[in-house]
Amino acid sequence: MKPEEIAALLVEKFGTGILESKSDGLLPFSVVEPAGILDVCGFIRHDERLQMDHLECLSGVDYKDRIEVVYTLYSMKHRHRYTLKVRLPRENPKVHSVESFWGVANWHEREAFDLLGVAFEGHSDLRRILCPDDWEGHPLRKDYTFPKSYRDMPV
Amino acid sequence: MQVEYSGDTMTLNMGPQHPSTHGVLRLELKTDGEVVAEAIPHIGYLHRCFEKHAENVDYAGVVPYTDRMDYCAAMNMELGYVLAVEKLMGIQVNNRVRCIRIIMAELSRIQSHLIAAGTYGNDIGSFTPFLWCFRDRETILDLFEETCGARLLYNYNWIGGLMFDVKPGFEKKVIDFIDYFEPQVDNLNKLLSDNHIFIKRTANVGIMPPETAISYGVTGPNLRGSGVKFDVRKDEPYLGYEEFDFDVPVGLGEHGPVGSCWDRYMVRIREVKESCKIIRQAVARMTPGDVHEALPKRLKPPAGEVYMRTECPRGELGYYIVSDGGLKPYRVKVKSPCFTVMSAFREISRGAMIADIVAILGSVDVVLGEIDR
Repeated sequence: MKPEEIAALLVEKFGTGILESKSDGLLPFSVVEPAGILDVCGFIRHDERLQMDHLECLSGVDYKDRIEVVYTLYSMKHRHRYTLKVRLPRENPKVHSVESFWGVANWHEREAFDLLGVAFEGHSDLRRILCPDDWEGHPLRKDYTFPKSYRDMPV
Repeated sequence: MQVEYSGDTMTLNMGPQHPSTHGVLRLELKTDGEVVAEAIPHIGYLHRCFEKHAENVDYAGVVPYTDRMDYCAAMNMELGYVLAVEKLMGIQVNNRVRCIRIIMAELSRIQSHLIAAGTYGNDIGSFTPFLWCFRDRETILDLFEETCGARLLYNYNWIGGLMFDVKPGFEKKVIDFIDYFEPQVDNLNKLLSDNHIFIKRTANVGIMPPETAISYGVTGPNLRGSGVKFDVRKDEPYLGYEEFDFDVPVGLGEHGPVGSCWDRYMVRIREVKESCKIIRQAVARMTPGDVHEALPKRLKPPAGEVYMRTECPRGELGYYIVSDGGLKPYRVKVKSPCFTVMSAFREISRGAMIADIVAILGSVDVVLGEIDR
């Protein structure tokens, strides 16, 4: 399916749950309401016409006024791709985990939690993955200040 | 595999300093006697937050950092990044640049698969293939060194072109190498791939069903080892790969269930031969041209975002780049193929013997520099 068809299908199914769609440009995407991410992902994963069974990438981006979580999806069966986004507040960002649809989301979400501080609700094992367990702060936040020392070792 | 557990488990740490982990990886093994009930990977020992560094240098300055992710296939790492930025800026490179990039990428794939096969044999207990593989790899590194001065971390692919054109006589040297190398693959098969002990150690171990592989985002030779015919070079071609004639080998399960360690290993060996085919065609297509022709005067992509994926030796490498119209990238996110396959490790190693953990880990061929970034 073409990106504009996927966007139309999502709007038809979820109505106001899709906040914005952009079907042209280098990366066509739809912005999903954070509360509805589980329903939209379940639809996009299991619907016969879409079957996005491959979660290519899950990235977090800090835009200074908000945090975006970007889901890059691909269908191995239909060979088409689409991108979903959720926009979260910078203070205490929270969104439901999509681990139940794609096994790889487990580690991707741990990474987004570790580096950007996004809390994924319902995640089976949400702890830091790249930084040490006792590391403070989330390095990919734009206002992150580098620590001078870690466990009395100069950094 | 069906195993009965006595219920008396012991925790055993394998790594971070263990020769078979090929880097610094810690596996927390919950063992019940000789059987591993659970193998939990702990990563991050090589983490240097490359993505944060990338936000603080200009676009061209990111390339050397990408080299240092997968240091066994640095050429492919930087290729993915420059293609992503070129897509963002709408830069078209000429035929010569495309051909040289393909030759370099495929040579890099061959040498990376040679490391994988050689060290895998070494892990399983045969030492000679390791020496053979490293002997042949040396010629490829010499070709890289002659072209750009570096043997491991190149900074050769630039945004909009290449650092240098190839030296006169390069094409002949490449073809001479391929002529010499293709029969060597058959020798390696005689020595290692068809070796009875090697097959016994790998053909019924670490089975990854295709559904598990897709759910865990496993890509590249590991996915194809499970019998899924998917290759970014075929399914979403870049650099003009669609004009080239080559096959996508998949695991066939000759010696056991499809998706075993042997299948994953064998896909790499077969891929090496396909790479040789691509290199011959790319050399034949080379035309004169200026490799600096499309270099932008000022590297300032328009505001926007792009996701670009390429087929690296270890799988699908994705770059998600956000630009705010400035001189530095606003955000660079790397989807690393080794990271995703490592997340599936717990699934595929459940119920294996401790010695088989080494066989499974070698067969998925991870590089920790890329997992930890």
